Amino acid sequence: MAKSSVYSVCGMCSVRCPIKVHVNNGQVSFIEGNPHVPAMKGAVCPRGAAGIALINDHERPQTPLIRVGERGEGKWRKASWEEAFDYVADKLSKIKEEYGARAIALTDRGGPFRDIHRAFLRGLGTPNYHNHDSSCARNVQHAALSLTGMGRKAVAYDLKNSRHVVLQLRNILEAVNVQEVNNLMDAMEQGCKLTVIDIRSNVSASKANNFFKIRPGTDYAFNLAVIHEIFDKQLYHKEFTNRYIEGVKELEEFVAPYTPEWAEAETGIPAFDLRRFVKELAKASPSVIWHPGWMAARYLDSFYVCRTIYIINALMGSYGAKGGLPFVSKPGDVGQKGLKSFMDLYPKPEEKRVDGVGWKYKHFEEGPGLGHLLFKAMETDDPYKIKAYIAYRHDPLMGYPDADHIKRMWEKLDLLVSVTFSWSDTAWHSDVVLPLSPYLERESIIATKNALKPQFFVRHRAVEPAYDTRADWEIISGLSKRMGLPELVFETPEDVWNFQLEGTGIKIEDFNDKGMVSLVDKPIYKDFDSFKFKTPSGKIEIISKNLEENGIASLKPYESPRKPKSGEFRMTFGRCALHTQGHTVNNPLLAEQMSENVLWINTLEAQKLGIVHGERVAVSQKGYTETIKANVTDLIHPDAVFVIHGFGHRLKVESRAYGKGLADNNFMSGGMEIWDRAGGAVAYQEHFVTVSKLTN
Amino acid sequence: MSKHYLSQDTKKCIGCHTCEIQCKLNKNLPVGPKLCQVIQVGPKLVGEIPKISFIFMSCFHCENPWCVSACPTGAMQKRAKDGIVFIDKDLCVGCKTCVSACPWGAPQWNPNIGKVEKCDYCMDRIDQGLEPACVSTCTTNCLSFGTVEDATLIRRERHAASVSSFDENS
Repeated sequence: MAKSSVYSVCGMCSVRCPIKVHVNNGQVSFIEGNPHVPAMKGAVCPRGAAGIALINDHERPQTPLIRVGERGEGKWRKASWEEAFDYVADKLSKIKEEYGARAIALTDRGGPFRDIHRAFLRGLGTPNYHNHDSSCARNVQHAALSLTGMGRKAVAYDLKNSRHVVLQLRNILEAVNVQEVNNLMDAMEQGCKLTVIDIRSNVSASKANNFFKIRPGTDYAFNLAVIHEIFDKQLYHKEFTNRYIEGVKELEEFVAPYTPEWAEAETGIPAFDLRRFVKELAKASPSVIWHPGWMAARYLDSFYVCRTIYIINALMGSYGAKGGLPFVSKPGDVGQKGLKSFMDLYPKPEEKRVDGVGWKYKHFEEGPGLGHLLFKAMETDDPYKIKAYIAYRHDPLMGYPDADHIKRMWEKLDLLVSVTFSWSDTAWHSDVVLPLSPYLERESIIATKNALKPQFFVRHRAVEPAYDTRADWEIISGLSKRMGLPELVFETPEDVWNFQLEGTGIKIEDFNDKGMVSLVDKPIYKDFDSFKFKTPSGKIEIISKNLEENGIASLKPYESPRKPKSGEFRMTFGRCALHTQGHTVNNPLLAEQMSENVLWINTLEAQKLGIVHGERVAVSQKGYTETIKANVTDLIHPDAVFVIHGFGHRLKVESRAYGKGLADNNFMSGGMEIWDRAGGAVAYQEHFVTVSKLTN
Repeated sequence: MSKHYLSQDTKKCIGCHTCEIQCKLNKNLPVGPKLCQVIQVGPKLVGEIPKISFIFMSCFHCENPWCVSACPTGAMQKRAKDGIVFIDKDLCVGCKTCVSACPWGAPQWNPNIGKVEKCDYCMDRIDQGLEPACVSTCTTNCLSFGTVEDATLIRRERHAASVSSFDENS
């Protein structure tokens, strides 16, 4: 067989980098960054390179499985796809008949390929689509909406042209997005400054010009003092502020008490350093990016941290600016008809959402809802019963706090289905496992990227599945056929793509040369003179009517976070370049690189406990204990301990991950109830643990 | 004579280890041997910044390689046309003399076959006009493959730029 190559889209994390996959004799031989995307620079990250090991790994679900023992017991019978589809469709039909379509819910992890399974939910008639975002970036999204009326993705991060980048809820050099890394590196080569605010020294901090090791949970204090200093020294971008921000006076009055000296006592960051930093930042205005964050589900006031970040960007004039936060274009903005949507095949269900979003919680965006409140409703049957749940490429048992509680929340479900390409705690606990082909073995629907240079892109199948697994569209087709939704039944991927491309003037073959179709030749920086934000006034509104009407303060007075008691530490977590949360830990190549996490603990605190570097220690909370090796370092705040998330697997079917490291999510007892009423996200870092030497 | 040179721009390296993974895939290596490896030193506080050094280590392809001199079977060799030091595994008896001889730990042990593995700059790839696997998809392009002369010039140019900056902030 000949050598060939195909343009595709990486699936090792949620960034979805464009890749070129080389195939030799039906086997993937090499993966590189798509050479037609300049900022990729031909690169992939370690996980992207290790995609080959994912498809060669037999330790993943290989056929449809139907549970024969108790939930979580791991007793399965193999099933054919026909049998598995029949089984799931039969249960769904019965549930729909008895409890109504609304009793069926699905969660996924967001992304550009959702249209077809969301259409399936609509076709059934249930409003209960959720994604993982209440465990991730919901606070960012709601902060953006509350100020500008536009979501977080309405702006691009123009890192390449930036003059000063601030990372507070984003760790660009470890939670790797290849294009972002390279654009930031290029900018820094040209003199762009980098400031990192974190509780520990991450890799991004190692390359920074400024590093502020902040007391955990006091970011809001720091940011309020930054705004105070901006007003005090009149450092705001006057033209932008006067023209585009409403409520400046209220803001200035609100931050009056929050001086840099006041913040120093809260954050531990010297007022002098904060002032010097703000002066530097203003010098780079408007080419400033204070990244509003990815994983911002941290503290109970993280929503307000995100709001202050957006406000600072606005005061720096970054919105719409080259090197700042320019607005992205959608296909329609550049005169291109958008993709035909599967969701538009069906009317939006009129039923109210089970999580209360849109009626009980009117200040939240409906789209992906709040996943933790879906699970809560499963437990309480309030406002109505949920009887079927599909975890679609999603592992809430590792991704949300307190797995034992979540399992109890799921007890009343009549059907729990996992669609997954890897084993996970959730898949193991399911009634039916529908094995998804890993990304190199499946194609996906065509997706739209709204950007400075908007495009359509597609994931091509690089090789045929090694096992009896299927692509998303094949799974949705199989279920739709049995659920009376013939519109979603497709025979070939070409049929799927032709449906989407209808009326766009673009053909499937147009994707062959580059894997994407650009809708414009050059990046478009929108004409800012005629720009209007999507608020009633057309400006950025500091006082949000939506928040205030729902009893939530737009400008919330600062509350000092609780300090850990003696011997206690705040449990914190983050990412590294080698792993994507839990789902790569069992990858043979990535497991070799990093098979377990370590506990970062401050040197002085470790000394008090008699703990030495490299020693295995016990981490405990409310009588529950796990052990882990200590990484004793000066470079973490003494109030916190830190681990890379995703470890501590307890499934024997994942031999390389089994029993390795500690699962931070097991130390968040009661965590499903600790969430931010203003921003909607779960607050993961409001939990405390003790650390001790192991006793024999 | 050694023609090639693999250089690392440590300023850009983020210690992501993509190089190691691509290398292992290209050579189809089991768990254990790493023909290239990024070693992390730090973080260590330098001023206010917790600096980390990520140092790329593979084989230097020496002019007078210790490993070649030490090898009793002639398995470890130097390619005449371009000076690449490589191992002919058919001749390797697994005596590990090269492992002892190399001051930098370049020869690696493959436990599955009981023989040594070593960086050969991906001869198979460079003979096709491609870059070594480690260089080809380096996330930040901090690795580059060329001649020694190119590399020294790049270093001089960068240093020159850094000491004669026209940046208003400096």
